[in-house]
Amino acid sequence: MNIIVCVKHVPDATADRKFEDDNTVDRVGVDGLLSELDEYAVEQALQLKEKAGDSEVEVTALCVGPEKAVDAVRKALQMGADKGIHVVDDAIAGSDAIGTSLVLAKAVEKAGAESKVDIVLCGMASTDAAMSVVPAMLAERLSWPQVTMASVIESQGDQVRIKRDGDTATEVIGASMPLVLSVTDQSGEARYPSFKGIMAAKKKPLDTWSLSDLGVDAGDVGLSVAWTEVEETTARPPRSQGEIVKDEDGSGATALTEFLASKKFI
Amino acid sequence: MSEVLVLVDHLDGAVRKPTYELLTIAKRLGEPSAVFIGDGAKASDVVDKVKKYGAEKVYVVDDAQIKGYLVAPKAEALQQLAEKTSASAILIPSTIEGKEIAGRLAIKLGSGLITDAVDVQEGPVTTQSVFAGSYTVTAKVTKGTPIITVKPNSATPEESEGAGTVEEFTAEVSDAAKGAQIVASQPRKASGRPDLNEAAIVVSGGRGTGGDFAPIEEFADALGGAVGASRAAVDSGWIGHAFQVGQTGKTVSPQLYVAAGISGAIQHRAGMQTSKTIVAVNKDEEAPIFELVDFGVVGDLKTVLPAATEAVNQRKG
Ligand SMILES: Cc1cc2nc3c(=O)[nH]c(=O)nc-3n(C[C@H](O)[C@H](O)[C@H](O)COP(=O)(O)OP(=O)(O)OC[C@H]3O[C@@H](n4cnc5c(N)ncnc54)[C@H](O)[C@@H]3O)c2cc1C
Repeated sequence: MNIIVCVKHVPDATADRKFEDDNTVDRVGVDGLLSELDEYAVEQALQLKEKAGDSEVEVTALCVGPEKAVDAVRKALQMGADKGIHVVDDAIAGSDAIGTSLVLAKAVEKAGAESKVDIVLCGMASTDAAMSVVPAMLAERLSWPQVTMASVIESQGDQVRIKRDGDTATEVIGASMPLVLSVTDQSGEARYPSFKGIMAAKKKPLDTWSLSDLGVDAGDVGLSVAWTEVEETTARPPRSQGEIVKDEDGSGATALTEFLASKKFI
Repeated sequence: MSEVLVLVDHLDGAVRKPTYELLTIAKRLGEPSAVFIGDGAKASDVVDKVKKYGAEKVYVVDDAQIKGYLVAPKAEALQQLAEKTSASAILIPSTIEGKEIAGRLAIKLGSGLITDAVDVQEGPVTTQSVFAGSYTVTAKVTKGTPIITVKPNSATPEESEGAGTVEEFTAEVSDAAKGAQIVASQPRKASGRPDLNEAAIVVSGGRGTGGDFAPIEEFADALGGAVGASRAAVDSGWIGHAFQVGQTGKTVSPQLYVAAGISGAIQHRAGMQTSKTIVAVNKDEEAPIFELVDFGVVGDLKTVLPAATEAVNQRKG
């Protein structure tokens, strides 16, 4: 079985994230890392591999992004993925989810031409744009079923069943491979790379593909042809700290109640 | 005027409030047409409701061929409707399912997509809140039929009688769209409290509750609010994931948000930072949550909240 895990390189959420003058996300001035939500996807891919008995499953980490985004692939390799693919091309910069899903789909097709891909695994959202639409778009482009937002995954043969925490119900979704699977942060803590894993990762195959390798026209991706356009980005003024009181013998509750009453919440 | 399609947000035919918000927004952009994908037998009640908020047309798509499968058939139905009506925009509730439908629809129609809008004005020009609420972004779709998913509470529903002309629409659902089957579905049981997404007041508890949510629930009830939680509380198994506020839970923007026993990690802030008024109760005066509050109490939530609950209940008489 072949699993491709899509991994995104994102600006560190705990750093000061900004926009560039052209209103694209600043991916240079802020430290980047493998999106934490994609770590859960890598983890589930590795668990599927372990359950099947190591040798039967190959896990490939796939990343679309600028030069330094290769770090996201490396992290996945350190965690235990078998090989990596980094799609890098200047023309991709500024792509929206539509463009990104196109490049991902073409990369999955190219990988699939070598050996059949059974599962494409994604995180539930990126930690930067957080749209949560790429897995559905990928499924649409590949004409595969989507089993998305999984908190529990079971597989048997070519069948996959997941538990999905939907908007109003908890559902069990079933589909047969090939399929697109996305996992939530409820699916289980992601492992840390071990020292052995870090050493081993250095020897794992890592391919670099350009758009022409994928047969994608450079004119179909990137900022200038994105189907959406940001007009303006404005930093929200930081919230200013209000009154802080120390509770002493019930004074805190009294002050709190008075505050709420003054704001007409009571 | 051109039609603006609004996907009706409903639970088994019971229309939910975001539908009225979407219809109100649709009126700014063109002629609102509601799209009800559900049990045809429940359509007449839905029609009565949506026409009060301006629906000129109501497309009724019976979901007998749709409801057993995840997302893809609904995207096909919307695609066919969009093409038939030459809709000028499509508004979809920003739920998990809504965003996935929108994603597929965007590819099908070759149209740009904007998710999680908190406001939509003529153009359509959307406003989004990004990077954990630290930036506001205005944007528009430049290709195809704008598809926009809209967050709850992004507009105040305005009543205005529409014609509500009913049109039955039969969607052609392909075999490929039936790949992901809904094998079982367990509706979430009602808590009896306001819905977290829609509530004007939210009281959330974190690891600092130590697992006892009673003080949180009682304070929420005294204020008539919803209950929320941090991921630490959810991960500890103290409360269901449906109550989680934050990056991987719900994003709320109530009039009042009370965080008790919550430190204020960036991922939690992502879900509540745009609340109107923020209050925190935390025994650590250095807790980062205090940086955002309008009012903070440094103290033990186990004593502060019950005392405040009592005081609130007394004031209410
Ligand atoms: C990818 C990712 C996604 C995440 N998504 C989310 C998300 O959606 N939502 C979310 O909330 N978190 C999320 N997190 C987790 C987040 O980083 C924090 O770990 C989490 O929010 C901490 O929860 P907490 O504030 O309840 O716990 P803690 O950080 O442990 O804080 C507990 C607080 O309670 C106070 N306290 C203790 N006892 C008392 C008492 N008796 N009275 C008053 N105060 C007391 C302490 O002083 C402390 O400030 C995410 C993390 C990652 C990596």
